[in-house]
Amino acid sequence: MILGKVVGTIVATRKDERLVGSTLLLVQPVLPDGEARGGPIVAVDTVDAGAAETVLVVSGSSARMAAGQADRPIDAAIIGIVDVVSTNEAS
Amino acid sequence: MHLAQVIGTVVATIKDPGLAGRTFLVLQPLSPERESVGVPLVAVDSVGAGRGEEVFFVRGREASFPFLPAAVPTDASVIGICDHWSLDASGSRPPRRKPRRRSSRATVKGQS
Repeated sequence: MILGKVVGTIVATRKDERLVGSTLLLVQPVLPDGEARGGPIVAVDTVDAGAAETVLVVSGSSARMAAGQADRPIDAAIIGIVDVVSTNEAS
Repeated sequence: MHLAQVIGTVVATIKDPGLAGRTFLVLQPLSPERESVGVPLVAVDSVGAGRGEEVFFVRGREASFPFLPAAVPTDASVIGICDHWSLDASGSRPPRRKPRRRSSRATVKGQS
């Protein structure tokens, strides 16, 4: 899983019918210290994450194991809202 | 599977129901020489590993297998704590293969 920051939302009227009703968010992957790393990705939100929140994103076929995503054509899902990241460097 | 050091933890109150009660660890992947490789990632713990320990972890769909039959939506899981590891001291390990270079002949021909 990677840490990410929600940086936007996506509205798509025409999409795969199995994606109807899912929220698509733009997530900027970040390092544990909050520094951005790489380009933003599109992820399905399963936990009602909001703008600027730090989230946990699961990628690949594991994304379909998130609640209610079983048969959806997705490869990234937000499965947690991060309260705290504590690392040796930060503490 | 990869070697890593546990460098931290993540607390997330709101999360997928399948992750309830699970521990998130921040891992820094390591080379066998204990050098940091790549960027840190978050993995679910399945063996009771803690901060500072050297572990190995699995990525991808298989990361959810340690928790079966529970459906845990994770793409990285710590599946072992390393007591120690050793490298062949004789230096007989196969040398690391250099990345294969693309032949530049085709482009040279195309230009001429």
